[in-house]
Amino acid sequence: MFEQFDALLLARIQFAFTVSFHFVFPSFSIGLASYLAVLEGLWLKTGKQVYLDLFKYWIKIFAIAFAMGVVSGIVMSYQFGTNWSVFSDRAGPVIGPLMAYEVLTAFFLEAGFLGVMLFGMNKVGKKLHFFATLMVAIGTLVSATWILSVNSWMQTPVGFEMGANGQFLPGPSWWDIVFNPSFPIRLAHTVTASYLVVAFVVGAVAAWHLLKDRANIHARKMFSMAMWMAALVAPLQIFLGDLHGLNTLEHQPQKVMAMEGHYDSHPNGAPLILFGIPNSEEKRVDYAIEIPKASSLILKHDLNAPMDGLDTIPDDEEPPVGIVFWSFRIMVGIGFAMLGLGIWGLFARWRKGLYEWTWLHRAAIVMGPSGFVAVIAGWITTEVGRQPYVIYGLMRTSEAASPLDAPAVAASLLAFVLIYFAVFGAGVWYILRLMSKTPETGEVGAMRGDVGPIRTAGITPGPAQNREEI
Amino acid sequence: MDLTVIWAFIIAFAVFAYVVMDGFDLGIGILFPTFGVGRGRDRAMNSIAPVWDGNETWLVLGGGGLMAAFPLAYAVILPATYPLIIAMLLGLVFRGVAFEYRWRDPNHRAFWDAAFTGGSFVAAMAQGMTLGALLQGIEVADRSYAGSWFDWFTPYTLLCGLGTVAGYALLGATWLIWKLDGEGQVHARQLALRAAVATILLMGAVSLYNIFLNAEYADRWLTAPEIYFAAPVPILTGLIAFSMIQAIRKDRNSKPFWLAIALFFFGMAGLGFTMWPYVVPPGITIWDAAAPERSQIFMLIGVAITMPLIIGYTAWAYWVFRGKVDDEGYH
Repeated sequence: MFEQFDALLLARIQFAFTVSFHFVFPSFSIGLASYLAVLEGLWLKTGKQVYLDLFKYWIKIFAIAFAMGVVSGIVMSYQFGTNWSVFSDRAGPVIGPLMAYEVLTAFFLEAGFLGVMLFGMNKVGKKLHFFATLMVAIGTLVSATWILSVNSWMQTPVGFEMGANGQFLPGPSWWDIVFNPSFPIRLAHTVTASYLVVAFVVGAVAAWHLLKDRANIHARKMFSMAMWMAALVAPLQIFLGDLHGLNTLEHQPQKVMAMEGHYDSHPNGAPLILFGIPNSEEKRVDYAIEIPKASSLILKHDLNAPMDGLDTIPDDEEPPVGIVFWSFRIMVGIGFAMLGLGIWGLFARWRKGLYEWTWLHRAAIVMGPSGFVAVIAGWITTEVGRQPYVIYGLMRTSEAASPLDAPAVAASLLAFVLIYFAVFGAGVWYILRLMSKTPETGEVGAMRGDVGPIRTAGITPGPAQNREEI
Repeated sequence: MDLTVIWAFIIAFAVFAYVVMDGFDLGIGILFPTFGVGRGRDRAMNSIAPVWDGNETWLVLGGGGLMAAFPLAYAVILPATYPLIIAMLLGLVFRGVAFEYRWRDPNHRAFWDAAFTGGSFVAAMAQGMTLGALLQGIEVADRSYAGSWFDWFTPYTLLCGLGTVAGYALLGATWLIWKLDGEGQVHARQLALRAAVATILLMGAVSLYNIFLNAEYADRWLTAPEIYFAAPVPILTGLIAFSMIQAIRKDRNSKPFWLAIALFFFGMAGLGFTMWPYVVPPGITIWDAAAPERSQIFMLIGVAITMPLIIGYTAWAYWVFRGKVDDEGYH
């Protein structure tokens, strides 16, 4: 079935597949680790059982999501070498150290404290346990920082010198490389996205249980927290997204042209194309519904500002317009839907209907997975939008691949697809099953074992005593 | 000492830390079917549940560190051993998720137990064969792998793979002597004894094979003056092997485990001595593959600051879960 593909295309599909699958888990666990830290902090501060119960409810889900993130992440750290060896050789001196720092400052921190976080509360006491939870949460954020610095450097490469052997070598300042032009805003946009992902997952789980029993105090607490996050963070994210777009316009104009569907230059103000079907052969957007001059207004803050189109770019430097155009609209559409739900939640809270309005709860359930869709759509926008380059403007994706034959890449791709769907499908199923259980007082933590002599130090009362504890 | 040499030792340290630490939990995976369903397996699994993730992080450091410090080596070795690396990664996927899934899905626990064992075995075998493929030499042209599809599949690499499986099983079994008591410990002792014999025989076989593998390796081990540095390695290895077997028979705590680690240490020291100064034999030395000085210095600062902390909190995490699994009963 793969005869018509070449090794390069297969390697690209393999990377897109493994990285998309992988990123679903960290985008969830970054936000969830922070949520767990907040829950445990609130429990320590207020002593209220409901926070401890929620902490234990979500830590079981976290354990599964984290394990899936770890194993799919190890694949990524080797994928650079297995499938993109030329890229690794040439860019290794610059991006390798950043990834090494990610391992040293983040992965070890997360992994080192995860065991205590999951299983150690009875061994180390509340305060140290909270410290472990904080370290895991901080670790996820530090990890995001480094890997987004790497990605951003590939999008907006600065601070390097070219070696005689074709390698990208670090220049005198690592600061320039780490804090490259697109990094700070990309980090803010991505971490905020992760918080939104978790807010909407938590909101959906809460809404599900509210529909079954609107008096459930755990569901009420979760729903309230989630709706606050939606109301506060969704508008923040739209603002950050706008800044990110302006940054991209400055540094990667082709990407914005593709996002906007601007095949032609517009010397007197560019229209905002809301919908349409990009037709790259005819170089126009068919059936376009557009608002005149609105694109210039958004991107240049001036109705009549001239905007260049893809007609100013040589054909072999254009990104694929259709994918970028659509994925961008999916992301933005979800962003505004999130804002809508957040406002609805505020309104419901004001009218004392937050726990009563079943249509709000149903909408929250529908929106539960939307964060993941938006995150993946956003990454597709930025990654496909920088094509045909792997290091923007300097190294083409087509020059980066390993010297492998198509059947080898095809076989590994097939193995990844089959195994990922089976293994991670099972994991998602287990997570959904945990989510469908009603959170209760005396919630059991990351239970380990239904056997053996049980010994708990009795920090938590209740039915947890006959099971293993966090 | 120049930075490239320092970095070679740092990467070697990361690989050694990985091999020892993930070695014992992969070993437990390999030995898992010999433990009885229920309490036996649960205790074996629980002895590593809090630490396996940290152990595996050393693999990411080894891979990421290699890319950062010796990018050319990373770019040559991984395509050359492509099927092995993919098999290892997929094996690690199965055994990694099994830690969680087997508790979440009692109806399919037998399946996830099998995935734990199968994944551990495949990962161990693939790692050993990768090492073998590296030692037997990789064909390189124009900064890229230039060999053919199945260069990594030879009797020698199979021998290395089996040696690694046996060695990991030895580490796992000696870890369980330490962490279990009663029947579980008796069982671990029997396993450790068999694994020890297999490991020693396979180590010997690989060592002899190395000498016939290429003339340079033979020169290194068999001619003066190198032989004066080389000779103590097999002698010390033999002494350690002897006292380890004694300890496996009698000791109730950690002694067999530490001696197994020492055995691995000398095994790896021997391999390092064989390869030096090549990072990809027969053509690429560590200096050919090294990252520029600016990368080396930047990372060295990071290692100098973080490594003591990492070792510190990792040791603390092990300390928290110290003692026999049942006595302390963290599960």
